[in-house]
Amino acid sequence: MTQIEREEMEFDVVVVGGGPAGLSAAIRLKQLMPDAGVCLIEKGSEIGAHIVSGAVIEPRTLDELLPNWRDLDAPLRTQVTEERMLFLTETRSFAVPYLDRVMPQMANHGNYIVSLGEVCRWLGEQAEALGVEIYPGFSGAELFIENDHVAGVITGDMGIERNGEHGPNFTPGMILRAKQTILTEGARGSLTGHAMKRFGLRKGVEPQTYGLGVKEVWEIPAEKHRPGLVQHSFGWPLDDHTYGGAWLYHFGENLVSFGFVTGLDYANTYLSPFEEMQRTKLHPAFREHFEGGKRLIYGARALSEGGFQSIPRLTFPGGVLAGDSAGFLNVPKIKGTHTAMKSGMIAAEAVAEALEKDRKEAASMTARVQQSWLWSELRDVRNIRPAFAKWGMKLGALYAGIDSMILRGRAPWTLHHPHADNETLRPASVCTKIDYPKPDGKITFDRVSSVFLSSTNHEENQPVHLKLRNESVWQTVNHDVFDSPESRYCPAGVYEQEQTGENAWQLRINAQNCVHCKTCDIKDPTQNIDWCTPEGGGGPNYPVGM
Amino acid sequence: MTMKVLVPVKRVVDYNVKVRVAADGSGVETQGVKMSMNPFDEIAVEEAVRLREKGAAKEVVVVTVGAQAAQDVLRTAMAMGADRAILVRTDDTLEPRAVANVLKAIATREEAGLICMGKQAIDDDMNATGQILAAKLGWPQGTFASAVTVADGRIEVAREIDGGTEVVSLTLPAVVTADLRLNEPRYASLPNIMKARKKPLETVEIDSLGVDTASRLTVVSVAEPAERKEGVKVNSAAELVEKLKTEAKVI
Amino acid sequence: MTALVLVEVENGAVRQASRSAVAAASRFGAVDAIVFGDGAQAAAALPGVTRVLSVPGLVNDLAEPAADLLAARAKDYSHILAAASATGKNILPRLAGLLDVQPIPDVVEIKDADTFVRPIYAGNALATVRSSDSIKVLTVRGSNFDPVAAEGGSATVETIEAPASEKSVFVKVELSASDRPELESARVVISGGKGLKDAANFKLLEPIADKLNAAIGASRAAVDSGFAPNEMQVGQTGKIVAPELYIAVGLSGAIQHLAGMKDSRVIVAINTDPEAPIFKVADYGIVGDLFEVLPTLEKAL
Repeated sequence: MTQIEREEMEFDVVVVGGGPAGLSAAIRLKQLMPDAGVCLIEKGSEIGAHIVSGAVIEPRTLDELLPNWRDLDAPLRTQVTEERMLFLTETRSFAVPYLDRVMPQMANHGNYIVSLGEVCRWLGEQAEALGVEIYPGFSGAELFIENDHVAGVITGDMGIERNGEHGPNFTPGMILRAKQTILTEGARGSLTGHAMKRFGLRKGVEPQTYGLGVKEVWEIPAEKHRPGLVQHSFGWPLDDHTYGGAWLYHFGENLVSFGFVTGLDYANTYLSPFEEMQRTKLHPAFREHFEGGKRLIYGARALSEGGFQSIPRLTFPGGVLAGDSAGFLNVPKIKGTHTAMKSGMIAAEAVAEALEKDRKEAASMTARVQQSWLWSELRDVRNIRPAFAKWGMKLGALYAGIDSMILRGRAPWTLHHPHADNETLRPASVCTKIDYPKPDGKITFDRVSSVFLSSTNHEENQPVHLKLRNESVWQTVNHDVFDSPESRYCPAGVYEQEQTGENAWQLRINAQNCVHCKTCDIKDPTQNIDWCTPEGGGGPNYPVGM
Repeated sequence: MTMKVLVPVKRVVDYNVKVRVAADGSGVETQGVKMSMNPFDEIAVEEAVRLREKGAAKEVVVVTVGAQAAQDVLRTAMAMGADRAILVRTDDTLEPRAVANVLKAIATREEAGLICMGKQAIDDDMNATGQILAAKLGWPQGTFASAVTVADGRIEVAREIDGGTEVVSLTLPAVVTADLRLNEPRYASLPNIMKARKKPLETVEIDSLGVDTASRLTVVSVAEPAERKEGVKVNSAAELVEKLKTEAKVI
Repeated sequence: MTALVLVEVENGAVRQASRSAVAAASRFGAVDAIVFGDGAQAAAALPGVTRVLSVPGLVNDLAEPAADLLAARAKDYSHILAAASATGKNILPRLAGLLDVQPIPDVVEIKDADTFVRPIYAGNALATVRSSDSIKVLTVRGSNFDPVAAEGGSATVETIEAPASEKSVFVKVELSASDRPELESARVVISGGKGLKDAANFKLLEPIADKLNAAIGASRAAVDSGFAPNEMQVGQTGKIVAPELYIAVGLSGAIQHLAGMKDSRVIVAINTDPEAPIFKVADYGIVGDLFEVLPTLEKAL
């Protein structure tokens, strides 16, 4: 390899990822150290372009970070007014009674339904006003390591041709030097993965588990719109052994956020999270909301579900992890924004201390997290998600009720996540095929027309950013054993298995469709799919509303 | 060479964004969608920067007419290599005729020797501002350029025309409008974006120019185009050719 | 009210798009035509044209003298039109600049003498606009107006001296006579998809493209499979085309592809799969094996 000459720029802190965690960290840092040089990079073409979330958010952290947010025109406009949790059978629905007592985490009074993409854009403006330098369209391609500690990041090269050669517009990535690097890339971040490996951050903690959220935003007739309505469901269409459920929120100007999260520890190789989402819309409890409406946006993103048991070591020489990169989502609450933001704030506080005291590692972050409400909040709900995995949805729900109502989160035991999500898939030979309905083009849709609504694009000529580490493993494992699960779990139609002859198959990778949800990186049975960061600015372009 | 190149650029809805007609038919939803520099304008910036790099020009000045937010495309242009920028500030949406009046004032003030701009903006698809501006300045025009050469006080422009290329030679000053094949714009690299933050950006209030910016068109309504109807199946190539000739009258 | 139409004559015949522009102009009243270079006789034969202004000395459609000349005559007209061709789009906005009016390009529908419909955002929306200018300068999309016949009229011809052009000098023109037209400007496009099975089979499209003077395009799947080079890709991420006739061969009609060609005036689809989405947008479809259909189509043309 030829040595590429890279320009360098020095900052006190570099933040990788412009989601709620990264932006909160950047804002907090500038509040604590107004003179610090803080740079934030974001692989999306703008802040918010890659953000997918429900989202109902708890304003608790925002109150701490920017107490005057109400005067700053923050886009928290729809307060929750009405909420229900439904258990679905194929044709009927039953509301969980006394929701605020049985599932106290679900109580949403005082919370807001937002477009998280819009909230992030707003946080970005607040950060810039404080002097944070934000550079969207640039991905963090590598950690910049010096003397065995992280000394910044290297942004992705641009203008590399499909064949790997430098094109006429080749622009080398840049070294962003930093005394501290804050990784807030969301679930399954690439640099986070490198840091975990290099510094052994996952030693002694349970595997991270994930869910895949697939989301649509609809515009519905004004007479049907009930701003503030929050509806969640579990049960149908998933079987009792598969974790997941739907959300439906009425917010903004005649907008509805609808989505479905499937636990990626599912076992049936024939399951398709995309199709589960589509068919849920046909259930009587959901269908009426969409009739006469128009689908505007589509997107998908994996989220961390491991919770407390799966939180890795948060600091390493030269940097820290925060947000969903570390896995701070509160699963029973179905919320991760307030925890992501809080972890970002704590990261900033620890980093500020390390900068002041000239320490290589912001080690105080761990204690700071443990002393905060963030820790107790996650500890109290630690057994709920694993209970669903252990006993199924119905008994899991029963356990959740007992754990919350009677034990109040103080159970003397801790349930475990025994497997990583790539280990749970069962061979096709023992799985039942699922007969998903054909899309009707009005309420349900196919993948391709959906991806179209994510405004996804990748610079055409760049190298494919999704690769098989070992081509033959795809044939012998993915195809022969599991009947190509990637063609079903990918919500963007990136993977298609193609017959090339009698008993000969190959995997077609439409990398250009990729919405950066990271599911393939998580769920591939042998971890054979290598998700490299594509050229900055690529991927979805979710508008405000998402 | 002392020529100054003026590059007018426009901030438009990003070409990746699927636009949506507003429910009330008043226009296209532009709230909260990603905005970028008009792609044809990027090509114009690139060409101007290349002219300076070749020594055919001494300075590249970018200008846009729009709201405060439009300065982001000026920063992008400067990251690509433009030397300085002018934001003519207005909250109104101006038509090409009005924009040409503004640009004429700026070109005159700047004593531009060449105006290089995109052939059209991908929002209103007017393809008119360059031509109107050339007329108002009394300058020659080289529209839909696929190649330009500056020599001996003239500019030779290869133009995309229906079915081929035409070459014209223009006296300077002149207006050139860029077509897709003119060049492939460079990336605004991160170091250059950082440096561009320090390049000069002047804000000019539109009223201070004293030009006519009135609209001559009223938008009555904006609608989505009708969806295509499913057609008919024909049984043979012969039947198809017959229908294309007699029914569709297309061959 | 009288309208003036800039009529383009090519090899002795009026271009179809100009005949459409004459048809559009006749909606406003009497129609005069102006012809640069030779070809006044062809324009005089157009039904509905009463007078032809012939400028034989202005051979190369240079915008500067053409616009000057039109501006000098403009006061006699309520509307000045041209086809939305490279020539029309070069000259008419300059004329509008000289007249200080706002041109109205790419008109697809005339509501009344002041009100016009035109596509914006690459055809993803249609804007209806009303002009307050005393002289309307418009270019019209040929595909949206049925052209007048090529013959049947008998207009008078008045010859005009061409003004000199000093600032702009014609150097040369290179017409891609033998080569195929550019994808984006071709009147006919024939595109192949994965159904062609390999790169060699893309050649099957050539004889038909030759007969129709068509550009050849490809779907993204075909490009990704290496059947065709990237610059041939039609679609959301490739080239956006809107020809008079689009022939889709062996491509399913993925939405990315449809986004790049759905504005074509007439769409033909040839595919073995009757359920292929391309048939949903095709005006004419043939369900069948392209390897059988293509040779018969070539013969039938």
